Amino acid sequence: MSDKFVVGYDGSVSARRALEFAVERARAQGGTIVLAHVLEWSPYSFLSASELEERHKRRREEMARAEEMLNKTVVAELKDAGMPVEVVIRYGSTAELLGKIASEMGAVQIVVGREGQSALEARIFGSVAGALVQTSPVPCTIVP
Amino acid sequence: MQQKNMFAALAALAVLSAAPARAQSIDETVNQIFANSTGWFVNLIFSNFPGTTFPWIVAWLVIGATVFTLYFGFIQFRAVGHSISLVKGDYSDPNDAGEVSHFQALATALSGTVGLGNIAGVAVAVSIGGPGATFWMILAGLMGMASKFTECTLGVKYRNEYPDGRVSGGPMYYLSKGFTERGLPGGKILAVLFSIFCILGALGGGNMFQANQAHQQISGILGAYPGWITGVIFAAVVFAVIVGGIKSIARVTEKVVPFMGILYVGTALIIIVMNADQIGWAFGQIFAGAFTGLGVAGGMVGALIQGFKRAAFSNEAGVGSAAIAHAAVRTKEPVTEGLVSLLEPFIDTVVICTMTALVIIITGQLVAGPDGNYLLNEAGTAIQTVGGTSGVGLTSAAFGSAISWFPYVLAVAVILFAFSTMISWSYYGLKAWTYLFGEGQTTELVFKVIFCIFVVIGAAANLGPVIDFSDAAIFAMAVVNIIGLYFLMPIVKRELNSYLARLKSGEIKKYN
Repeated sequence: MSDKFVVGYDGSVSARRALEFAVERARAQGGTIVLAHVLEWSPYSFLSASELEERHKRRREEMARAEEMLNKTVVAELKDAGMPVEVVIRYGSTAELLGKIASEMGAVQIVVGREGQSALEARIFGSVAGALVQTSPVPCTIVP
Repeated sequence: MQQKNMFAALAALAVLSAAPARAQSIDETVNQIFANSTGWFVNLIFSNFPGTTFPWIVAWLVIGATVFTLYFGFIQFRAVGHSISLVKGDYSDPNDAGEVSHFQALATALSGTVGLGNIAGVAVAVSIGGPGATFWMILAGLMGMASKFTECTLGVKYRNEYPDGRVSGGPMYYLSKGFTERGLPGGKILAVLFSIFCILGALGGGNMFQANQAHQQISGILGAYPGWITGVIFAAVVFAVIVGGIKSIARVTEKVVPFMGILYVGTALIIIVMNADQIGWAFGQIFAGAFTGLGVAGGMVGALIQGFKRAAFSNEAGVGSAAIAHAAVRTKEPVTEGLVSLLEPFIDTVVICTMTALVIIITGQLVAGPDGNYLLNEAGTAIQTVGGTSGVGLTSAAFGSAISWFPYVLAVAVILFAFSTMISWSYYGLKAWTYLFGEGQTTELVFKVIFCIFVVIGAAANLGPVIDFSDAAIFAMAVVNIIGLYFLMPIVKRELNSYLARLKSGEIKKYN
């Protein structure tokens, strides 16, 4: 079985750097890439009645849009480059889900970029990288 | 869109400066026309049993709640622990993340019910029915949990799921589909009747009552001015949200409303604790008043009628409205949403309404005579209050007597509650409207415009006719809905028994 590298990918520049880093390692080890895209979601957020009505429809649309975004850009690119890639799209909290996806898929490592928040911002709003480091079930690389 | 709003605001300002005498007469005219045109409907709903002073509609609600409570074996007490773990998401499939959760359905339904009924309605109950009304209100809240369970289970079971992924449900769907499934006639007729009453309820309790009380609250602080001005401003904002789809306004209220609810309950608790030595006395008044009336007009029956009426108006159990909001939840088991929904009357009535009543009683707003019985006002229709206040004004005075600046916070809370209730009911009304007239942009727009017009009428009319019509419309919904629930409750029982058996056998498991 080849080594799987879970990459938290949201299309940002920092995620792009994380992906490049992971691809390099995967190639060196004969591993594969798992692109994990998390749509931030809390089951405790508040929706109006008409938003409830449309939630299922919206979710389908959001999933389709995310899948298309990933397939059109990075997935095609990685496949052309001969790198095997799987895509996972989930709803929830990013840090929590990246860890979960890694354990479910038996990945060897999680790679994420970082937003470059100031220490104060991270303290107030929390940072995905920070939370992930604390909870990740597998080794975790944060690409600056 | 924005230009239209600007125009409405400018128009309101322009007329604001016009002669107040003429404006006052507009209010009076609106009031007169309104009272005349709705009187027969109100009389029909609130007519008494022949030879008594007991309105049949109150008996209808009490009997309904009692039947459901007994039929489901006190489900509201047996299942509360499980209800709470459902809301926490213990039984939700993680793969369904991003769909409507139990918590979200409950929160949305609550935002439609927690509102002026809890603040103004309770004040009306206590000032007309005396402290004893509180006892009956709590009892009605506890029993109403079973009604809510029944209707919300059905709401999910018979909802419509459209090919594009939208979900919509409510009494009109379970009445028609459920009756067909059981081979009973008349489901369609009940569904149509329900829809008509739901539209009236949306325009009455979900709209005019809210606008009316919001105006009373604002003018209590700014000084008297014509009600239709408040109406026009409110209508413009409601229009912006429901027609213009300006989500930002709705979002702000959504964020602030739960906070206001917590602030309200918290403050009430503080006032109650500040008067801790009076708590025993207050409960004494509540119990004594429940069975004797303590001199209130109508005695014990008067207290009971007020308690049950205001509880039903506040938590809407048996009315069917909540089934519309709850229907969108993502679950394979309709019973789970029923179990979640039964928390609603508890939070709304047993907790929040009781807080309001306790604050009014404890702060001594009701004037008692030397014999311990309450004194009535000059008209003999309600208990004398310290400042001659009624409705939301009474609650405001009660909170203000303990915390002088709280009426300002309360005013903001009232306006926000009124607004969020209007938005919720505009949706319920719209669902009933589209059930009758079909979906489509034009038909939907017609309803939304009518809704906004009624905001103005509600703010301009007097409290009396507005509250009568609001009650009548909401209770008319309950008449139709509860008939349906009687016929459909065996289906709910089957679902419940099957669910509980599978829960016990371990077939239904917690996810975490």
